[in-house]
Amino acid sequence: MAASNNKNTAFPKLFIVSALLLLCCGLVFGLIGGLQYIIPGFWRNTLSFEKVRPLHVSSMVFWIIIALVGVVLSFLQQHGTRRNYSPFLLRAQLILLCLAVLLIFISYFRGLFGGREYWEFPPYISIFIIASWILFLVNVIASLITIKKQPVYIWMWLTGICFFLFTFLESYLWLIPYFNRHLVNDMTVQWKSYGSMVGSWNMIMYGSSIFLMDKISGSKTYSHSRIAFLLYFLGLFNLMFNWGHHLYTVPTHPYVHYIAYAVSMTELLILGRMILTWRQSLTAAQKFRHNIAYRFLLFGDVWILLTLVLALAMSIPAINVYTHGTYITVGHTMGATIGINTFLILGMAYNLLTDECREPNRKIIIAGLNLANIALFVFWISLIVAGVLKAAWQMNPERLPYAAMLDSVKPWLISFVVAGFVLTTGLLMIVLPLLKSYLSCYFTSHLFSLRSLNAKKQKRELSLE
Amino acid sequence: MSLIMKPFSDKHKAILFIVLAVSFFSYTVVLYVSPPVDRPLEHATAVLDGKALWQKYNCNACHQLYGLGGYLGPDLTNVYEKGPDYIKGFLVTGTNVMPDFHLNNEEIEHLISYFKYLNTTGSADPRSFKIYYDGRIEQ
Repeated sequence: MAASNNKNTAFPKLFIVSALLLLCCGLVFGLIGGLQYIIPGFWRNTLSFEKVRPLHVSSMVFWIIIALVGVVLSFLQQHGTRRNYSPFLLRAQLILLCLAVLLIFISYFRGLFGGREYWEFPPYISIFIIASWILFLVNVIASLITIKKQPVYIWMWLTGICFFLFTFLESYLWLIPYFNRHLVNDMTVQWKSYGSMVGSWNMIMYGSSIFLMDKISGSKTYSHSRIAFLLYFLGLFNLMFNWGHHLYTVPTHPYVHYIAYAVSMTELLILGRMILTWRQSLTAAQKFRHNIAYRFLLFGDVWILLTLVLALAMSIPAINVYTHGTYITVGHTMGATIGINTFLILGMAYNLLTDECREPNRKIIIAGLNLANIALFVFWISLIVAGVLKAAWQMNPERLPYAAMLDSVKPWLISFVVAGFVLTTGLLMIVLPLLKSYLSCYFTSHLFSLRSLNAKKQKRELSLE
Repeated sequence: MSLIMKPFSDKHKAILFIVLAVSFFSYTVVLYVSPPVDRPLEHATAVLDGKALWQKYNCNACHQLYGLGGYLGPDLTNVYEKGPDYIKGFLVTGTNVMPDFHLNNEEIEHLISYFKYLNTTGSADPRSFKIYYDGRIEQ
């Protein structure tokens, strides 16, 4: 517990704590949005869907981004022996990010929008995010003693951070009239940036999970190995060129579609490797099953497999033409952001927030994790079934009314919302005890350090007298 | 140590990274300078104003264009095919799900111009695609 007094290790964790609070907000907004799907007109005049959806999406996106910043900054200190960055820049970075999130929430509640997917807030707020991200990049680069012979996760962090900055800036090209005036190309550039941006934060996240796995297993062989770098370059190749699968039905250049199709299929190599190494994964699962953070990684792996299979299918244009614009896409996104991003980041957060503090009640955490996974599976299946029904409606030669489709999917949307409530309960069973135990530890040690500081001061005063 | 676990040299990693990065940025530049065949909206102020309104009211949260967006409401890429009056009907009063945004006549006209232009860019109807055995699709 005493180690929490160490300001160097405690401050990056504030990013994770802030991110966990955003996750809670995102879950609540998600539930409200879910209710609006099944109860038409629910809060239509107070907090309508065009406000709730961005509130949910931004909370979840910033949960992922801010948590990853905290994870990278914390792991970076454990990676090297150097005290690694400017505390002033670090504070400035957190303040800028929190200010951005606050302004975003205010603008959504007031109905002020920039109106672009993911970043639906007024564009000026992005200046805070860009400034904060540049500080992050400076901090990370400044912390590395050398770039020679670095493990794969350092490559992944640096690549992810640089590409996030590039793609984030790219997503604002619409502000330039040249891009804004070409409607189809604007959509192409928009989804090019989004596709690569998701790849960039996934790059940071997978790098962090490799670091955590090294830490749990006590071996750094994998992170320096050829296979780790081959998979990194494969991931980078996909980040750069597979984004066109969002645009198969958009009348953009045909080569955008062909490149995306061909590049996406290289992900079969990742799937093949997962299948080939399943026995090794099973042995590792047996070995580290007592480690809670490892359990999060394990569930994350299961979701990587499920999401990858779905993503590969959706990357085939002939299948995508059925799934595009249906709830299957939502299922894919939810599987990725909750099943992969959230579980992996929660595993890292658990490892970091408990390494110097008392662990929360393990039974509650495990129960929450199991409940969340079962609920997520039901949630995911419900969306896929609803998506199949919508695909059948979209392809029906008779043009049936939109309301007819909504009626046919309603039972599955109800099951999706009910599963959403259970999923939220499961995730809160993890997040709330984790926050409670860390914050009580943080404040206790903070009070302890204040008391010892006062005692020292008094002693010095007495000795001077 | 098996070949697969033997580390790469830093030089090889750097070369591979540079090749990928150069390819990516070249691809990016090509896309920026050669937009697909849609004509730029140089003088179509009403269409651009309609696009700005689409963003201002965050229509994308509930509706899609070419299947991209939210799924609470229908795809509106080709809604103009149903006629301007049909669109106007929804925009004037809202529905039991969509709020009334209290749009004035000018805003409604600009949104209709935007939908009219969008309709000329292509079809978002998945039934209009030819599907090939090699997995490709074509409109």
